[in-house]
Amino acid sequence: MREISYADAVVEAIEEEMDKHEEVFVLGEDIGRYGGAYFANPKLWKKFGDERVRDTPISESAIVGFALGAAITGMRPVAEIMFSDIMTVAMDQIVNQVAKMRYMFGGNVKVPLVIRTPIGGFHNSAAQHSQSLESWFAHVPGLKVAMPSSPYAAKGLLKTAIQSNNPVIFFEHIQLYRLKGPVPEEEYYIPFGEANILREGTDLTVVASAVMVHRVMNVANKLEEQGIQIEVIDPQTLCPFDKETILSSIKKTGRLFVVHQACKTCGFGAEIAAIVAEEGFDYLIDPIQRLAAYDIPVPFASNMEDFAIPNEQRILSAITEFLGK
Amino acid sequence: MESNKLIELLEKMLRIRHFEEKVGNLAARRMILGSVHLYIGEEAVAAGVCANLRQNDFITSTHRGHGHCIAKGGEFRFMMAELFGKSTGYCQGKGGSQHIANFDLGILGANGIVGGGMPIASGAGLSIKMRNTDQVAVCFFGDGCCNNGVFHESLNLAAVWNLPVVYVCENNQYAVSVSVKQASLIHDYYLRKDAYGIKGCQVDGNDVIAVYEASKEAVERARKGEGPSLIECKTYRWRGHYEGEFDRHYTYRTKKEIEEWIDKCPIAQFKAYLIENNIITAEKIDQLEEEIKRELLEAVAFAEDSPAPKPEDALVGLFENE
Ligand SMILES: Cc1ncc(C[n+]2csc(CCOP(=O)(O)OP(=O)(O)O)c2C)c(N)n1
Ligand SMILES: [Mg+2]
Repeated sequence: MREISYADAVVEAIEEEMDKHEEVFVLGEDIGRYGGAYFANPKLWKKFGDERVRDTPISESAIVGFALGAAITGMRPVAEIMFSDIMTVAMDQIVNQVAKMRYMFGGNVKVPLVIRTPIGGFHNSAAQHSQSLESWFAHVPGLKVAMPSSPYAAKGLLKTAIQSNNPVIFFEHIQLYRLKGPVPEEEYYIPFGEANILREGTDLTVVASAVMVHRVMNVANKLEEQGIQIEVIDPQTLCPFDKETILSSIKKTGRLFVVHQACKTCGFGAEIAAIVAEEGFDYLIDPIQRLAAYDIPVPFASNMEDFAIPNEQRILSAITEFLGK
Repeated sequence: MESNKLIELLEKMLRIRHFEEKVGNLAARRMILGSVHLYIGEEAVAAGVCANLRQNDFITSTHRGHGHCIAKGGEFRFMMAELFGKSTGYCQGKGGSQHIANFDLGILGANGIVGGGMPIASGAGLSIKMRNTDQVAVCFFGDGCCNNGVFHESLNLAAVWNLPVVYVCENNQYAVSVSVKQASLIHDYYLRKDAYGIKGCQVDGNDVIAVYEASKEAVERARKGEGPSLIECKTYRWRGHYEGEFDRHYTYRTKKEIEEWIDKCPIAQFKAYLIENNIITAEKIDQLEEEIKRELLEAVAFAEDSPAPKPEDALVGLFENE
């Protein structure tokens, strides 16, 4: 199968949906001739022009609010917020307007709206460009939340998001944009609410998203050499959340370890731990463990940054300790 | 203006220029990490405005903040150490290029969020008024910030409350790739003063004396309790939006346009003016630049020799001890 980058997979998903539906359009900062802050790929603008690929001023509330207004009146916008830390600038529109629109108005309107935004940081991006705020959005009823970890998932999930008649917050990880992976030429969609089992194992279930999937997979491969079999699960979407796959994995392994890049307190790992404690307690041999970033803003200097967010070494030693090996 | 004041203006601009050139060089060699947004070409704005400020006056700055910091009295070595992520930096390596602050110098922080500083400077203005001092708060922001909600909220409330704030718009005509012409139908942002009922003007942001004079008036007004002003400085950034943009800036602007603005270099113009008027000799300027370069080398050495923070230092400093 051909291999393309995560960034190209995103562009391809949008392009295909724009080809199919003339209501699909994109808006955001520097997405036109510049080709996106991180992508440097003006393909969409070259193909569809200013009308359907709209550069905006630095007006995040307007980006989201205009997209919402357009979505409920016949369009199918894909809005881009340049990085997820500045989703905060558009929070009223996202939380009070986008998320509430359908339910509050009696279910009488469709909201086919996608907000794409990069998460992550690393490489000295510092406190205001490194946050992983996905659990904020998963906490708000009325928003679907996707978080792909591979080019294949990015394309398939984004196409589903654009087709959806519900609002989707689509988190792309900056550090994955250049990652290449197999993506079929043929069209495909990945349904929301289906976790992906990346590797099967019997000793421990590890749940991770986005970049952490890759770190965990490296650790799992290392531990395999010591005869430890780790099952790695990527939920792919936090809302809807596929708890069945995780519960049935724990039934097999008896142990749950959650890793995320976001801070620990009220991170999505807390939700996963709670679900398993409520519904899978009897399967558990050991207490649930979480490994997350420390509860601090992400610091600038390399060694502090590396310390703040779980790296492979920390994941490895935490899992080894957890398994008592 | 007195000669020594003029020479001071030149020195400030040269300090900024040489610092930024050094930083660009170090970033290209990956000795400085993270995004670095250089101020080259816009030096007259920070230098001209800050020449009217006292140490206890306040400024807020932006992602492109090195120039503001230097103009307000920031020292090369502590800035450089911060850019290197060292524990001797202004923010102990927690901040980096986009987040330098020094509260003793009234530098209330550079900002990674466009518009983040606007209400903060305004709030400093409120505090000045409530504490009844004659300080002033200056808010530096780009053209890109003018179309964000905080611009409106800040100017309006500062006007209503008659706060001692000077809003300095650095209109370098682009916000990353989006030009002012794409972003607004009004390309002269100072005109918005009328929407808030405040004073304001537009100046050639590459003319340091013009910037100095306009901001002098605004700062004096603020000190006397006569309210906020909006000054728009038309200028241009020579480099890419950030170091690492490389040739991508040609997707939104031409080489010719950049060269035209390089011809209007605020420093070259001012040097010529000073020499022509016998305020300083070319030799003296060279000497000044040599001194600045020497100080910069020392700053780089200081940064290199400084200890990196310990990884666990990341856990320190979230809250004040209580
Ligand atoms: C609220 C917000 N939106 C978007 C960004 C990303 N961003 C960083 S700098 C920048 C352009 C800023 O343009 P301008 O204010 O004109 O300042 P300049 O870079 O030209 O000095 C953008 C869009 C951000 N940091 N914050
Ligand atoms: Mg600008």
